[in-house]
Amino acid sequence: MPPATRASSTAPAVPLWRRPRTRSIVYQVLLCLAVAALAFAAIDNAVENLARAKIASGFGFWNVTAGFDISQTLISYSAQASTYGRAFWVGLLNTLLVAVLGIVLATVLGFLIGIGRLSHNYLVAKLAGGYVELIRNIPLLLQLLFWYNAVLKALPEIRDSIALPGGGYLNNRGLFVPDPQVTGGGTVALALLGGIVAAGLFRATRERLGPLGRGAPRAVITALLIVAPPLVAALLSGLTVAFELPEMGRFNIRGGLEVLPEFVALLAGLSIYTAAFIAEAVRAGLLAVPKGQTEAAYALGLRRGAALRLVIVPQAMRVIVPPLTNQYLNLTKNSSLAVAIGYPDLVQIFTGTVLNNTGQAVEVVVITMAVYLTLSLATSGLMNWYNAWITPAER
Amino acid sequence: MKRVFVALLSACAALAMGGSATAATLDNVKARGALNCGANGQLPGFGMPDSQGIWTGFDVEMCRAIAAAIFNDPQKVKFVALTAKDRFTALQSGDTDVLIRNTTWTLSRDTQLGLNATAINYFDGQGFIVRKSLKLNSALELNDAAVCVQQGTTTELNLSDYFRANKMRLKSVTFATLDEALKAYDTGRCDAYTTDASQLYSVRLKLAKPEEHVVLPEIVSKEPFSAFVRHGDDQWFDIVRWTLFAMLNAEEFGITRANVDEQAKSDNPEIKRLLGSEGNFGEQLGLTKDWVIRIVKNVGNYGEVFDRTLGAGSALKITRGQNALWTKGGLQYAPPVR
Repeated sequence: MPPATRASSTAPAVPLWRRPRTRSIVYQVLLCLAVAALAFAAIDNAVENLARAKIASGFGFWNVTAGFDISQTLISYSAQASTYGRAFWVGLLNTLLVAVLGIVLATVLGFLIGIGRLSHNYLVAKLAGGYVELIRNIPLLLQLLFWYNAVLKALPEIRDSIALPGGGYLNNRGLFVPDPQVTGGGTVALALLGGIVAAGLFRATRERLGPLGRGAPRAVITALLIVAPPLVAALLSGLTVAFELPEMGRFNIRGGLEVLPEFVALLAGLSIYTAAFIAEAVRAGLLAVPKGQTEAAYALGLRRGAALRLVIVPQAMRVIVPPLTNQYLNLTKNSSLAVAIGYPDLVQIFTGTVLNNTGQAVEVVVITMAVYLTLSLATSGLMNWYNAWITPAER
Repeated sequence: MKRVFVALLSACAALAMGGSATAATLDNVKARGALNCGANGQLPGFGMPDSQGIWTGFDVEMCRAIAAAIFNDPQKVKFVALTAKDRFTALQSGDTDVLIRNTTWTLSRDTQLGLNATAINYFDGQGFIVRKSLKLNSALELNDAAVCVQQGTTTELNLSDYFRANKMRLKSVTFATLDEALKAYDTGRCDAYTTDASQLYSVRLKLAKPEEHVVLPEIVSKEPFSAFVRHGDDQWFDIVRWTLFAMLNAEEFGITRANVDEQAKSDNPEIKRLLGSEGNFGEQLGLTKDWVIRIVKNVGNYGEVFDRTLGAGSALKITRGQNALWTKGGLQYAPPVR
């Protein structure tokens, strides 16, 4: 607008509504209002439509008795006494269990394969490369079905169970192992926690402890600090561990700790699939560290192991962590594919059976989405914090 | 900027108006030129596309009968294959006009789900299938057994109830679809598979070695199947309900596909009212006078449909049992057209 600019250069008497700053504020306020109106209209519309169709709404169903059984429950749950709310927690814990274990396994496997791909050993490098290409190019759902059917079909039927040493059984209903019944475990766990904190403090303040800190072998002191308190606590409190053995019943195995084949298949599928992507992130991270760093480390007299640990990996980690976070998020979200193989995760129980029995699609789906959002935000928050912590100070 | 703003505002307006369009389902169906029918895509005898992609089954024919009453063309149906889990959401959201998918009529489905069951088109009950090698004579011997079941069904709830009522311990393993649950049973993941008795026989044919499995005698629940429609459209509710009643009445009066034209000339006042030569009952429903002729000519009466899809004329050979007409010792009974 040339006339306006000319006017503003000669005289300050530009009308308020023609000032760019005023205009941009007005536009933004209008935009915000429009977005808010849109959201309000959508919610209002949904509520009105639900009311018109006489579909129940609200969260009253949370305290209604569920009435259906769940095959894997980490907390006590029964069809006749537990509510839909309880079923939600059961599902959430099952999701968390498979996600956390999957993340640990996928990380270990992914780092091994990622490092393996860079190995000077031809066979190891090619095997790792083949693994990555094979696994990441096959849809996860297919892999899950493969693992589930492979797990189910390869194992014997219940009457031909493989008896494991120590009183366990393995068959196509799962793995049954003695269930440790610990008494007095609380104090020991507390002591262990105390030991870990003490070890952490020791390592953080080692430099300031003077001769004790610098002179003593670090690894030995750390190990002592962690192991000694729980041992002492166990001796003092009289820790006992009794094993509840699984027993063959008329149909099924009773007692003991039961690992479902659905769980094994889901865990294996998720970890193996995600490990392929983590391996690539690890390889990229290691390759991102300039060769000069390795050479400099060697020039300082560090051996290969020490050079990796002290120079290469710390620098590689800040490249690895952001894509690693993505993979953790993917794994958690992909765990909802459990629906396909009958593992009772949050989606199967809550948006499956609970939704179907209550008919309250909006509430159930919103809760489920909120849960996944929270899990994802928590994971990425934690990983961002970790990333900031490991990033070396740079000049 | 201004354009974005206008677009947003119009989106708002569109959304607000979209909500207020009250559904006269019949008008929507007519305008679309086809009935959207939620059906089972996996269950022989009730609903499944054959190798040519042509849908067959008892529930499928019930959908075709509604289309025949509206369009005089039983092919004007778009079948939507639904799992037990998402069948209600599909109907609630308006994706389908009617749900006819071996679905049990229960109180909470009438109230909480915002749906209406129209009338019982099939009387069923839940049973168990087990391996012969277990040497079981009764479902009461299933204490501690692992049972495969399809998720989101009354079956799943009845299973818990039955074990609880008989103080038995249950290990249920649930799957989203019938095929997955059945495959798991077949591989030995479970000792028993449970579903509605009508399905057990067709399901047995899908197992690797059907002769090694046996259906237990107990029927542990009432499973009255019905078509479902959304709350709030009484005209549509009446059409779906009376389509079934018309087929039952037609069977009662011996009106079949073959003789419907002759019967239209009958002097029997009840037949005259049913076939539209007396009164305007079809028009009261929002259909045409000859609505029953359309249904029977295109699809057949209740007995003909049953025979073709489930009974003697099908691979399943299910007897009429409780589904025989009330005049023949069964429970099927339709109110009169008058």
